[in-house]
Amino acid sequence: MSRHTLSVLVEDQPGVLARISALFSRRGFNIDSLAVGPTEISGISRMTIVVNVEELPLEQVTKQLNKLVNVLKIVELDQDSAVQRELLLVKVKADIETRTHVIETVELFRAKVVDVAVDTVTIEATGSRDKLEALLRMLEPFGVKELVQSGMVAVGRGSRSISDRSLRPADRPA
Amino acid sequence: MTETITGAQSLVRSLEHAGVEVVFGIPGGAILPAYDPLMDSPTVRHILVRHEQGAGHAAEGYAQATGRVGVCMATSGPGATNLVTPIADAYMDSVPMVAITGQVPSAAIGTDAFQEADIRGITMPITKHNFLITNPAEIPRAVAEAFHIAGTGRPGPVLVDIAKDALQAMTTFDWPSHIDLPGYRPVTRPHAKQVREAARMIVEAKRPVLYVGGGVIKSHANLELLRLAELTGIPVTTTLMARGAFPDSHPLHLGMPGMHGSVSAVGALQKSDLLITLGARFDDRVTGRLDSFAPEAKVIHADIDPAEISKNRYADVPIVGDAREVIADLIVAIAAEHEAGHAGDYAEWVALLDHMKATYPLGYDVPTDGTLSPQYVIERLGLIAGPEAIYAAGVGQHQMWAAQFVKYEIPGTWLNSGGAGTMGYAVPAAMGAKVGRPDATVWAIDGDGCFQMTNQELATCAINDIPNKVALINNSSLGMVRQWQTLFYESRYSNTDLHSHRIPDFVKLADAYACHGLRCESPDDVDATIEKAMGMNDAPVVIDFVVNKDAMVWPMVAAGTSNDDIKHARDLAPRWDREE
Repeated sequence: MSRHTLSVLVEDQPGVLARISALFSRRGFNIDSLAVGPTEISGISRMTIVVNVEELPLEQVTKQLNKLVNVLKIVELDQDSAVQRELLLVKVKADIETRTHVIETVELFRAKVVDVAVDTVTIEATGSRDKLEALLRMLEPFGVKELVQSGMVAVGRGSRSISDRSLRPADRPA
Repeated sequence: MTETITGAQSLVRSLEHAGVEVVFGIPGGAILPAYDPLMDSPTVRHILVRHEQGAGHAAEGYAQATGRVGVCMATSGPGATNLVTPIADAYMDSVPMVAITGQVPSAAIGTDAFQEADIRGITMPITKHNFLITNPAEIPRAVAEAFHIAGTGRPGPVLVDIAKDALQAMTTFDWPSHIDLPGYRPVTRPHAKQVREAARMIVEAKRPVLYVGGGVIKSHANLELLRLAELTGIPVTTTLMARGAFPDSHPLHLGMPGMHGSVSAVGALQKSDLLITLGARFDDRVTGRLDSFAPEAKVIHADIDPAEISKNRYADVPIVGDAREVIADLIVAIAAEHEAGHAGDYAEWVALLDHMKATYPLGYDVPTDGTLSPQYVIERLGLIAGPEAIYAAGVGQHQMWAAQFVKYEIPGTWLNSGGAGTMGYAVPAAMGAKVGRPDATVWAIDGDGCFQMTNQELATCAINDIPNKVALINNSSLGMVRQWQTLFYESRYSNTDLHSHRIPDFVKLADAYACHGLRCESPDDVDATIEKAMGMNDAPVVIDFVVNKDAMVWPMVAAGTSNDDIKHARDLAPRWDREE
């Protein structure tokens, strides 16, 4: 098994998330993470889906996804030629004695403290999965009280865009 | 000024614009507004069925017999959920169908309102696409898109769910002049390079077989297929969904492959060095154990649905395209190979297959106790009604015998539930076929188990002047399940005896439905009974053929085993080494 990142452009229609997630489960695939949001084109959303599958089943699920009428385009982004980021918010125990150590760790990872309470700090960090896992390993000894992570979002490096012209309504024949 | 009409009127006008001539359905609360203008439509005929499942299968039968999109209609909640089985059936067999359902008013959606069911959510995995419409202005576009999606590419069912308030609200009617679905652009033109590569492999192969599926019927490619087979001399197998795509009378036809296929067809695929797969999908009922299926064969796989290619079996040459265009291009490319002096030499291969065909023909044992053989009944029916008639089967033993012993010459004359295996398909599908092809004689070949699931549609047929004929192969049991119990469960017949030689009395049942009821119990009466039924066209006919319950479907590849282990008859394996 290997991890694959799919960028999926979809029409922003009700039910589209259900169609996609249901398709994965129906065809027997587990989604590692899924993040969805608007794009530069109105009416089109972009999903970043991370799945753990072999090459051939991935091809099958991609073809099945392509059959969904609301799916416009699917691109697999490979790790070397794409920027992949996740966001993490973590509430860590930090009293007067440990707070400095926690903050040092935060700085080491270029993360941020976004909230402070008497006995905790809340940390925001973005980065690759590896980096966030490393940060969490360092914070665990202090005591993690609460943890939330976004799914991964990713974009290809270089000047090209996956939302090609045909998808822009202005360029479509009337 | 644009005319203001109700959403319901807009729906009916949309159906008229889509060219719909018939809708099978049942009204109810949520869809009620649509039924009022439907009454006034000059072109759309509505046939009131007795159960929504009947409406769905009738739409399928209509679609399969005519090649047009079938339409069914139901109300919200249970009306819609009763359509789920035929929708799933149409999805599995790629039948073009549009289902229109009423939904509770938009303000009530999500509140567990009376007769509310999330039919869009329920049908997501069994439709090509579906819509939930709450804005009446969207009705024409949704209907236009639904028909476009259902009928193009790989055909399939599309559901349009419309909230009651959208049907009641005032709107304007605007039929879209063109359809623009950026996420739906099926590829029909095959890639020239792939076609050339396929042609090269075909002329170089020693043991090629045409593995023909339902896609060839759907793309109306039967004449192209005939030309391809005759140009190359390559033997043809037609799957359960493709019966009729190639004439059974043709010497190159080996018959049906699969679990109950002919020895020559199953064997041809197993021993082949090149499968030329056209609109077929390597279903498990065809391949048997996948890892031992056609072990020496390279695969050319042409399908309009790219997701079918290399799904179950790796394709050495994938071709995405409409079967008709693919075959037409293949003919040109192969002719070019021939002109260049590269013609395939398959003489030895064809001789071997002819030998297998002659040695292991389809056949059956005639019961010695004087009881009626079901295969004989079906064989005689096929001969008497002829290849111009349309045959719709249920699911089980009678279906397999109808696929084996009726000889098909014309596409669209064999209707059945292949992928889903839906018992109860036959009677309503035959009804839909007869409505679409009133000129044709339509026979439902049904089992006594299947028949009792949907026979209420005989009332619909009788009342609406749809004179179908039903050949009821009554073995008083769930025959296919019983066969498996005989073979794999030491003849312990758990819950397969339906006692339908006694209850119900099918002749009386037919009579109650104002149909002609005939009974036949002896081989001597078979021809006369069928001929009598052929002459009865004022009302539907049901013939209760009381048949032997121990008859079994052979040949057989047991589930989960290799096609190499096919049995020609019980405990009888064919021999492939020719002794000469």
